[in-house]
Amino acid sequence: MESVMVSGHRACPGCGSILALRHALNTLGKNTIVHIATGCMQVSIVGGGGFPGGEFPLVIPTLHTAFETSGAVIAGMDAGLKALGKREGITLVAIAGDGGTADIGLQTLSGAVERGHDFIYICYDNEAYMNTGNQRSGTTMLFAATTTTPVGKVKRGEIHLSVKLKKDMPTIMAAHGVPYVATASVAYPTDLVKKIKKAAEIYGPRYIHIHTPCPYGWGFPESKTIEVARFAVQTGCWVLYEIENGKLNVTLKVAERKPVKEYLALQRRFRHLTDAEISQIQKLVDKKWKELGLP
Amino acid sequence: MSNRKLISGNKAVAEGVRLSEVNVVSAYPITPQTSIVEYISEYVANGILHAQFVQAESEFGAMSVCIGASSVGARVFTATCSQGLALMHELNYVAAGLRLPIVMAVTNRQLSQPFGMWCDHSDAMGERDSGWLQIYVESCQEALDTVIQAFKIAENKEVLLPIMVCLDGFVLSHTSEVVDVPELQTVKEFLPPYKPDPSYHTLIDVNAPMAAGGGCPPAYTMEFDYKKFEAQEKAKEVIKKVDEEFASLFGRRYGLVEAYRCEDAEIILAAMGTMVSTAKEVVDRLREDKGWPVGVLKIRSYRPFPKNEVLKAASKAKVLAVVNRAISYGIGTPLFSDIAASMCNASQKPILLNFVAGMGGRDVTPKNIMTIFEKAKKTTETGVVESEIEWIGLNRALLGD
Repeated sequence: MESVMVSGHRACPGCGSILALRHALNTLGKNTIVHIATGCMQVSIVGGGGFPGGEFPLVIPTLHTAFETSGAVIAGMDAGLKALGKREGITLVAIAGDGGTADIGLQTLSGAVERGHDFIYICYDNEAYMNTGNQRSGTTMLFAATTTTPVGKVKRGEIHLSVKLKKDMPTIMAAHGVPYVATASVAYPTDLVKKIKKAAEIYGPRYIHIHTPCPYGWGFPESKTIEVARFAVQTGCWVLYEIENGKLNVTLKVAERKPVKEYLALQRRFRHLTDAEISQIQKLVDKKWKELGLP
Repeated sequence: MSNRKLISGNKAVAEGVRLSEVNVVSAYPITPQTSIVEYISEYVANGILHAQFVQAESEFGAMSVCIGASSVGARVFTATCSQGLALMHELNYVAAGLRLPIVMAVTNRQLSQPFGMWCDHSDAMGERDSGWLQIYVESCQEALDTVIQAFKIAENKEVLLPIMVCLDGFVLSHTSEVVDVPELQTVKEFLPPYKPDPSYHTLIDVNAPMAAGGGCPPAYTMEFDYKKFEAQEKAKEVIKKVDEEFASLFGRRYGLVEAYRCEDAEIILAAMGTMVSTAKEVVDRLREDKGWPVGVLKIRSYRPFPKNEVLKAASKAKVLAVVNRAISYGIGTPLFSDIAASMCNASQKPILLNFVAGMGGRDVTPKNIMTIFEKAKKTTETGVVESEIEWIGLNRALLGD
C-alpha cells in the first residue's frame, strides 16, 4: 500500500479523525481527488499549508471550499471530469465532519447522493464542532456536555428528543437508496479498510461514517483514543455495519455487550450523568440493538 | 453566415451558452431565470450541447457544483437571480478567491421582503464587492454576445475571475427581439476550448496534484486580495480587447461604456440595463423637439468600474443625472457612489444628481426619463441641487405620512 498521507498534518495529539483518514486515504491510493469541508480535518490537512512550519500532508489533489459544500463540490468534480472524458480511474472523495455532514452540509450531501453522483463520502464523527472548540452538533450524544450544552443549574448537557442517542446519518443515507452505506470505527482499522476497499469497487454514491473520538472535546487522555472508540463499539453505543443495496450486514457482532456505563465513565463530557440518565442511554442502546436484530 | 431569429433574452443567453460549448451547467430554478436552464436542458437532451447538466438542490449547491466542475478544468455556466444569488453569496467569494472563470447569467430581480419577482438591480449589487466581474446588457443581442465574450474575458490569464452577465428580469429576459445568432464555427474561432494551465489556474488533477483553498494567515492574505484587485483593473483592457476581436468577426461592439450623443451634451443621464434604451429614445426626442443638448451614458461594465471612460464621456457636461435600479440604504445608491468616487479628484466635473427608479419592477417610462432630464435641466440653469436623492415614480399617497 502506497501512502498518500505523509507527515505534516496539524491535528491535535490523540486525534481519532486524522488516524481514520490516514487509513481511508492510504487505502484509496494515488488516483484520488479529495474535497474537504471546513472543520478539524480541513484545518489539519489543507489549513497548515500556508502557515510557517505547516506542511501539506497529502500527495493527492485536494480542494477546500467552504463548510457545507462537500457533497455539491464533489458532484461538480464528477460532472466536470465526465464532461471532459477524464472520469475513468479516478476516485472522488468528499470528507466532512459531523457538523459539515449532519447539520450545515446535509442539503448538498442529500442532493448529490439523490442525483447519483459517483463519489465516496466520508464523515468523521467526533460528535461536536471540535474545530471551534466543542459545540454541540446533530450527532452529539444524548446528555453529553459541550460548550453550548453545558451542565448548569437548569439544564444538564445535550437534551434532544430523546428517542435516539444521536442523529442517525447512516440510516438517512440508506433511505436515499445509495448502493453502499457503512459505519466504521477508528478502533477497528481492519474493518474500516475492508469497507473502504469495498466502497472503492462500487459505482455511485457511497457513504462511510467513522466514529472518531476527540480527547479534548470528550475529556479523556490523548493516549486513550482507541480505547474509548473500542468501548463505544463494545458497549453497543456505536455499531459496525454496512448496508449494501439495502441489505444490512452487521460486520462486528459483539459477543458480550458491555454496559454503556463503562463507555460513559471514560469521558468527562458524561461525568454529570445520574443513574437514571445512564439507564436512559442504556435503554436506547438496547432498543437500537433490537431494531438491528442483535442480542 | 448567421441566422436572424426572434428570441427572448433568456433564449439569447441559452444560445450564447450553446455556442460557447460549455462543459457543465448547474443551476436551480428561479423566476425569471428558469427558461434559460430549460432551454439548455433541451439542448443537452437533444445532443445539441454536449454538456453535463446538474440541477442542484439549491443555488448554494449549484454554485458549489460549478466550483467543483471548474476546479477540474471544465468550462462552466450557471444562471440565477434575487434570492438565489443571495443564497450563493458565500460561494461567490470562494469562486472569485479560487480564481475560477465561471460565467453566470443574472436575470436581475428584487430581493425579498416584500416578496416580488420583478426587476431591479438589488440582487447583483449585493455581490458587487465579491470579486466577480459584472456586465449589464441592454438588448437580447447583447445578452447573447456578452455570454460568449464573458468566457473569453474570464478565462484570460490576466483576469481569471468569474463574471456575471446581468440582464433585467422580465423586461429583457422575457422580451423577444430579432437576434443575429452567430455560426458555431465562427464562435469556435473566437472562443477556443478552455485549456487551464496549472501554472496559473486552480486545477485539481491527479497527474499534477495541487492543494487549493488552503488556510491563509495574515502574512499572505492581503496579497491575494491585491492580486484580485489588480486582475479587475487589468480586466478593463481585456474587456476592450475581447470586444474588438468580437467586432472584427461579428461586426458588433459594446465597450466598457457606451456614450450615446454625449460629445456635445450638457446633460447626461447615466444608467445600466434596459433603462438605457428608453433613455436613448427620450434623448433623440428631446434633441429633435426641443434642441436640448442631452446624452446617455450606458455603464456596461460595472465591475470593473470604467472610471476613466465615465470621466472622459461626462466631465465636460454641466449635469450628470445618475439613475439607479438599486438602493444603498443609509447613503444613497451604488452607481451614484461609484460615479462620484470616479470623479472626486477630477478638476473638471459635472454636478451629480442621484435618482432611484424602477424598484421592484416599477416601469421606467419615457415620461419618467423626461422628468429626470427636466430636473437636470433646471439644475444646469440654477446650479442648485434641490434634493440629495430623488425617488422617481414614488407614489406618496401610499406612504401614509
